[in-house]
Amino acid sequence: MKYAYYPGCSAHSTARDMHESCLAVSKALDIELNEIKGWTCCGASAAHQTDRKLAVSLASANLLLAKQMGMDMVVNCAACYNRSKVANYEIISSEEIRESVADNLGETYDGSVPVRHFIEILLKDIGPVKLRKKIVNPLKGLKVAPYYGCYLVRPPEATNFDDPENPTIIESLIDVMGGENVEWSGKVDCCGGMQNLTRTEITVRRSAAVIEMAEAAGAECIAVACPMCQISLDVRQADMEKLLGRQYNMPVIYVTQLLGLAMGLSPTELGLNKLMVSPLAVLNKVKSAA
Amino acid sequence: MTTRITKQKANRDFLKAVQEKADVNLNSCYQCKKCSIGCPVADWIKLPPSEIIRSLQLGAGDELLNTDLIWTCLSCETCYSRCPNRINFPAVIDALKSIALEKGAAKPEGDAPLFNRLFLNTVKSYGRAYDLQAIAMYKLRTGNLKQDMDKFPTMLKKGKIAILPPSGANKDKVKRIFKKSAQNKGMEK
Repeated sequence: MKYAYYPGCSAHSTARDMHESCLAVSKALDIELNEIKGWTCCGASAAHQTDRKLAVSLASANLLLAKQMGMDMVVNCAACYNRSKVANYEIISSEEIRESVADNLGETYDGSVPVRHFIEILLKDIGPVKLRKKIVNPLKGLKVAPYYGCYLVRPPEATNFDDPENPTIIESLIDVMGGENVEWSGKVDCCGGMQNLTRTEITVRRSAAVIEMAEAAGAECIAVACPMCQISLDVRQADMEKLLGRQYNMPVIYVTQLLGLAMGLSPTELGLNKLMVSPLAVLNKVKSAA
Repeated sequence: MTTRITKQKANRDFLKAVQEKADVNLNSCYQCKKCSIGCPVADWIKLPPSEIIRSLQLGAGDELLNTDLIWTCLSCETCYSRCPNRINFPAVIDALKSIALEKGAAKPEGDAPLFNRLFLNTVKSYGRAYDLQAIAMYKLRTGNLKQDMDKFPTMLKKGKIAILPPSGANKDKVKRIFKKSAQNKGMEK
């Protein structure tokens, strides 16, 4: 299967682990990801907070490139996924935005390129049957809290990803990997990531609340699909300890990293050495179960 | 919290401007307050979403530009997602942000506008975001150098954040988008 691949800026910085595990898993599953040549920043949250038309224009520049490639655009970063989906939605629903964007880009974009998150591809295009055949190292007995955060599921009009209050795509993938999903109510709560640098205390408290809910449900790790969530939940655990005066030790692992482990790929290849909170307990459990 | 709107000050122009910018119709709000109940920053704000909508309906104006939710909002879209009348409240927040920036409203706690500017500057220069530069500049400008210094050495060593600026983007395309957007925005006024 062939896709136009949009890595997003974080793929080469704070989410290299997400990018590396996505490439490793794709290779093992014969998914052809063709990186969009010359791709540019989608504008992230800074652009839409500044100027709506600038934000839609920045995201549309990449969608136009994907359109020329004639393939669905696959995105791994939930924030880029969200901005690209919102761009399509706004271009289709507003003539004024469509015209402004055409003027900004010097080309007309019609909002027609399908934008897919990589975990959707895994479940819907590859499918559980084919995936199951590749599982050599089932995550047997590993209790996982599936975490979606905001960008995948909201706003539902634009992302149309899954049920916005109770999505189950990550659960289905964890099932395929042989892991155990915990039932919890925090999976679409916000980690506070947008204030990570500007109002850090908000992020620390919001993310701590998410981790505490996962803990209470008995989770041994949290499975994520968004680099903003990964950074907030993982890197900020040291700050949670300082602010809230208790220990946190919750590995926050990308869905693609967990899948790679279950497929027998090496932890280094999957970028697991980049996590701030050590995933060693999870690795040992997977190894001993195998 | 109480917002005082005097009769003399009450005007519909502000409501109209916000609605146009955000492409929403706030008349359909019937104050069910699901937006305010689900707001993850409720602990940090005085005026929650439903009250901002009510204030706008009653004719509030520039006094709303310094309301704390504008720059505390996480853009999590929970309010929009749960609104029975499909009011895109995050778009209202973005519209208020944009008006606050145009009118030079007071600098909010945490100075998110500064961070956004520094972030977008790296996008303008490299065609992609260069987070290390945006973060370093932000910390320098806000005098908050100490925070996170304990983490950066480990993050750099692990390769959890890139040292070098990004390369490979079509920079000319991005420069054109920024230039054209600024020109078009100027014409709107």
